[in-house]
Order: sequence, then structure tokens, then C-alpha cells
Amino acid sequence: MEEKLSFEYAPAPESRALVTIKPKYGHFIGGKFVAGSKHFPTINPATEEVLSQISLAGKADVDAAVKAARKAYTTTWSKMSGKERGKYLFRIARIMQERSREFAVLETLDNGKPIRESRDVDVPLAAAHFFYHAGWADKLEYAGLGTTPKAHGVAGQIIPWNFPLLMLAWKVAPALAAGNTVLLKPAETTSLTALLFAEVCQQAELPAGVVNIVTGDGSTGALIVNHPGIDKIAFTGSTEVGKIIARAVAPTNKSVTLELGGKAANIIFEDAAIDESIEGIVNGIFFNQGHVCCAGSRLILQESIADEVIEKLKNRMAKIRVGDPMDKNTDLGAINSKEQLLKIRELSAAGDSEGAQRWSAPCDLPGKGFWFAPTIFTGVTQAHRIAREEIFGPVLSVLTFRTPQEAVDKANNTPFGLSAGIWSEKGSKVLWASQQLRAGVIWANTFNKFDPTSPFGGYKESGWGREGGRHGLSAYLKGVSHE
Amino acid sequence: MNFYGLVDGTEASLKKYMGSLSGVDQVGADARAAMLGTRSIKTTSKRWAIDTAISMVDLTTLEGADTPGKVKALCTKAVRPDPTDLSVPSVGAVCVYNDMVEIARTHLDLIGGKHVGVAAVSTAFPSGRASMAVKIQDTKDAIEAGASEIDMVIDRGAFLSGRYIEVFDEIVKIREVCGTKAHLKVIFETGELVTYDNVRKASFLAMAAGADFIKTSTGKVAPAATAPVVLVMLEAVRDFYAMTQVRIGVKPAGGIRNTKDAIKQLVLVNETAGPEWLKPSLFRIGASALLNDLLMQRMKMDDGYYASPQYVTID
Repeated sequence: MEEKLSFEYAPAPESRALVTIKPKYGHFIGGKFVAGSKHFPTINPATEEVLSQISLAGKADVDAAVKAARKAYTTTWSKMSGKERGKYLFRIARIMQERSREFAVLETLDNGKPIRESRDVDVPLAAAHFFYHAGWADKLEYAGLGTTPKAHGVAGQIIPWNFPLLMLAWKVAPALAAGNTVLLKPAETTSLTALLFAEVCQQAELPAGVVNIVTGDGSTGALIVNHPGIDKIAFTGSTEVGKIIARAVAPTNKSVTLELGGKAANIIFEDAAIDESIEGIVNGIFFNQGHVCCAGSRLILQESIADEVIEKLKNRMAKIRVGDPMDKNTDLGAINSKEQLLKIRELSAAGDSEGAQRWSAPCDLPGKGFWFAPTIFTGVTQAHRIAREEIFGPVLSVLTFRTPQEAVDKANNTPFGLSAGIWSEKGSKVLWASQQLRAGVIWANTFNKFDPTSPFGGYKESGWGREGGRHGLSAYLKGVSHE
Repeated sequence: MNFYGLVDGTEASLKKYMGSLSGVDQVGADARAAMLGTRSIKTTSKRWAIDTAISMVDLTTLEGADTPGKVKALCTKAVRPDPTDLSVPSVGAVCVYNDMVEIARTHLDLIGGKHVGVAAVSTAFPSGRASMAVKIQDTKDAIEAGASEIDMVIDRGAFLSGRYIEVFDEIVKIREVCGTKAHLKVIFETGELVTYDNVRKASFLAMAAGADFIKTSTGKVAPAATAPVVLVMLEAVRDFYAMTQVRIGVKPAGGIRNTKDAIKQLVLVNETAGPEWLKPSLFRIGASALLNDLLMQRMKMDDGYYASPQYVTID
């Protein structure tokens, strides 16, 4: 820091005593916690402290979970009225709200994200997804899929580590509302909130086997994807794994939705509201340490305002509070894993070697744990690796343009198409650009806004299908015309 | 006058200058202010913030029922906010109507309060509906009576109908009257300007015209010093500094009644304009009830429990 702040914020840590973490966890199958055989540690990425031992599910565990899900589907869940299913979903949503502080603390400990974000974004949105889909459960005949839409049966769901509880909610809530039972696998590094969610299912007296949760790594995921007893696969994660899944399910009858990577363009026109654009850039790439598939990782800036915006952005970045994720004043927490940190470092080094100019916010990074300072690269062109590959970290690539058409061409010149941002005070320009952009979600004068009523998903290598809203719900239903 | 080289005093140059300002997105500004409102200020930083806020208070009485006795009592409190604890700093200034300035100044000097300023509300406060001659005389009277700070109101009617040059000229004229004798604070009445775009425009207009401070409100109109309005004004002084290397002060007034709100204001300053603005010469809070809440929170930090309101003085 250039100057010592006179107004130093004293530590304001959230209490860890709100959660009880068991030394060892099993799987949640058929409404019960069952012991696993092999274990691996889950750590707090901010401190490298081992939080607990997580079970690695093998074939027997996945078989048992699929069997439990099938039994629950045939004997209970498919026979229950939508109205009754909705009651369980409302109950889960309410319990999630009641236990929101617990969820937030656990998420922050296991994931490394700031408590402010888990408290104000992840957990409330997760509950909102259950509330929203609870309302759908008895109205499926209005989902636009004919008068008698049917559930697929057993859904196998594999979720990532960036928003562990929220991605669980995106998957489980629509599946249950539509009448499916589920087998969910949280990411290897972030299983704890899913296991707390299993407790919530018990507390809500959800019929046994409707939700099953097995923990593990990619090998467990492969067992789920290839399991013949599963009717529908839903995956959120990397494009690389998404392609493997697409190949695996291609010769089967499984229905599949994939929510994959992104390299979103955040376009700032010269007539934008500058200060709010700066906030939008910061929120676009530094929210959740940039571990966001729809992160605005390519800033596409009109040349006439480039110097002003970059200077303001640097000043703003210097004010980002990096450090202890449990501190209520922290803006940027820990990178989720060592593996991810190495990937961010590798791609950033590629930015240096390809001639882009790196600038990182001056901040003291903790000695232990996995950390990366908020960073921007200027002088980036379309041909740079950091303009093409998803970094999935707090690293922004800055490109410039001269005309609106050039902005749109650059924004679309990517194998991805998950999201995009447009900043302009001129409505006609916003509407024109949004029609040109090939991305599933386009934000105008904002970024990273999520709502359960709004469909989310990608073009091109960013995935298949949508999640959220009526479109997302339909992924868990078979219309009569398909039968 | 050269107006920092930004305008030459003509309407054309003022229009060009105002036209160069970027807009403010209301949703985004609200969101940023709300996010900064979640900062958790505890222990040592809270203590620092409370004392800093006390030193920034413009302790105000602007009632038709004001009397010399009431104003003297206010001055006593301004110098020693807590008579039982002399480590409490004096407030920044007392803020009174024109006719009370001499009484306030004399009494402050008498009780060892030479360091506490006297701010006079001026230019037909709070409406600003009077002839220019009256506004100038109003200001002259206040300065002659010993006011060290002039809180003038702008003509919101002229501003809203786009007659920016009239608003500009008024500020320039009052600036001339103030000279080096008094600091000039320009009140926008943001509750009447309504949009954040207007707040940003008014801020840049007033700064170029020679304001030392820009101030949100008279306290007579709600909403007054909301967090997003103050955010927009703090962004304006920050940007103006980048253009001119001159730091203009900001004074939120109206609606800041408790310690929590005051600390939120300091967080806004710290993370928007920057820590350089965290001093009474660049940030003031216009308030009356706030001071007692700050004192009670201060006592609570020392004693560990909330005292009865009878432990702080009512005026």
C-alpha cells in the first residue's frame, strides 16, 4: 500500500463455533448416513488445515445409492402428488434459511470464499431455488411440455467446487420438483455443505432415498455417469470433463444437461456510467475469486475511455480486501485448491511470456493457504492464451475496441458462450449488442446477477441445456411428445 | 476567476463541462452503497471511528424557535460534548441561522471554544427563493457576525429547469462574498434533485464554481443524506481531485441519527474518496441527535454496558 490507512478495520471474524464438523463422513444413501471404506482429507484452503475425512465412493456405494434412488422413485416419489412434493421442498427451503449461518460458515471454511459472499449470495440464493421450484411442483402441466409431463426417474448430478451449496440447489430443487429422485456427488474438495444438506433432508423428513449423496473424486463421477440405472445426467464443471460425459452418454438413453466453462466478454462502451462499470468489472471477475464459470474474464473496453477506466480500475482493485475468508470485511478469499492455484499461475505466466502487461493489486497475502492477488493483464489480444482459455481465477484480460461491431466480433470470437456484459447508458446500443452476442446470459449494466426464475446456460462449448426458470425445469421432465 | 481552467464562466463552456460528465447508473450505485454498508466495524476501529465522527459533527439547530439560550447551550455542548469525559473531542462546528451567529461566536470564544467553527446557513435557507441581492446581503451579515463557514443553498428550480449558468453564477457570487474569511459549503437538497445524475452534475458544477464543500441537504427535506447520494458525491470529489489536484470536502446532512449510520458514512469515505478525506477539514456530518448516540456508544465501549440516556446531556 502506498499509504497507511488511518481507518484500519479491526478483525471481524464470523464465529466458527456455529458449526460442528465431524472427524469423518460417510455417504447419505436411502435416508441414512452410511460409513465409507476409503477416505481422503478435505482442507480449508485459507489455512491448509484438515477439516475432516471424506469418503471416496466406489462401485458398491454408487450401486447402493442408485438402488435406493430407484426404490424411492418407484415406491414413493413418483406416486406422490405434486402438491405433496412441493411441501417437502418448501420445508427444505425454510430449514436452509433457519440454518443459513451454519451453511455459510461451513461453505467458507471448506471452499475459501469470503463469508460475506456465502452469507449474502450463496446461501440465500440456494434457499431461493428451493422456494421457487417448490412452487412448480404442483404446476408441471403448465411448464409448456404438454398436459402430462413425466419425470425421467433417477437423476445423477455432479457439481463443482466453486458454489458447492448453490450448485446443489440448482440441481436438486428442479429434479425433485419435477418428480425425479437424485444421486448427487459434490466436488472432491467441497463436500461438507452437501453433507449438511443431507441432514436437512432428514430434518425435513424427506422420504428415504429421494436424495442420495455420495462423495468422491472423478472416479466416482465416472461411475455415476456410466451407471445403467440412471436416467438423466446433470453436470456442472469443466468443458474437458463435459466432453467426456457427452461421449459416455451418447450411446445410451440418458438425458443430459451440461453447464461448462466460459470466457465471458464484459464490454464497456464509452457512454457507460463509468463508476458503476468499474464495480461491474470488479464484480465480474473478482466475485468468488473469479471461480465463476460466467465470470467476466475478458474486459472489452472502448479505446477512447481505456486509460481512464484502467486507472480507475487499478485504484479500485487496490481497495479490494484480500485475506481471511471468515472475516466479514474480506472481499477476496482463498483459491479453492493448490491444483487450481497452479493452473492460475501457469496461465498468468503464459500472459507474461506472450507479452501482455501484468498488474496486481498491492496486498499482503497470507503465508499459508492458496492465494492469488487480484490481477489484470493489459495489452491482451485475441491471440493470447489468456484471452482464449478459462483461467478460473482472479485474473482479468483487457482488450480494446474502436467500433461497436468490433466489440461484438471480439466478444463472440471464442469457443465459449456462457455469458456477457454490456455497459452503456444508451438503450438502443445495449439492445443491438445483446442481439449480436452469442451467449446464454447477457447482463446489461450489471454483472453476475442470478435469480432462480431466470434460465442460465451456454452456447457452444459452454454447455447444453438451461438451469433455472421454466427452461431449467423442463430438463428434468419428459414431454408427452417425446414418449 | 479561472475556475480551475475547467470553465471560463460562459454558459457555453459550462454546458461543455457538464456534458463531459459520465452518467450514474442508479441500480449500480445503490448496490455499491449497500455493499459498503455491510462492513463490520468493531473494537479499535469502532473506537477510532466514533471519535473521528464526533470531531466531524456540525452540531446543528435550525428552528424557528431557536433562542440565544438554546444556541449557547449548543455551543457548550459543541466544545465539551461529554462534560464528564474530557477526552471526547470537540465537534467541528455549530451550525445556526444567520441571526444566531454572533451569539454563537461570542459564547464559543468565552468558553474556550475558539477552535470550533460557526457555520451559518445562508442564501434564503432552506428554499433559496429570494433575490440575489438578498442572498448576498444574507451572506455578508453572517460573515460580519463572525461566521467562519457559509452553508448556502442552490436554486433547485433553476437547476431542474436546466439553467445551470444561473446556479453557477450564484455560487460564484457567494464565493466572492466569502473571500478568505469563510469556507463555502454548497447545499444541493438532493431530495429535490432526485436523480444521481443530477447529484453528480450539481457536484461538478459547484466544485468548479468555487465550493470548498458540497453538502447533501438542508435537513428540511427527506430523503436527505442517503448512502448512495453520499457515494456519488464522494466519487465526484475524488474525480475532481484527479482533474485539479484540489480536494473538496463533503458534508452529508439530514437523516444520520445513530452511530451505525455515521460509521457507514466513514466507510463510504474511506473506500470511495479515500482515507485522505477522513478529517474534519474534508468531511463533516450535519446532525443534532447523532452526537448523543455517538457519546452513548463511546461510553458503552468503555464500560461494557449501555448507559441510560440521562447520562448524556440533552443540549
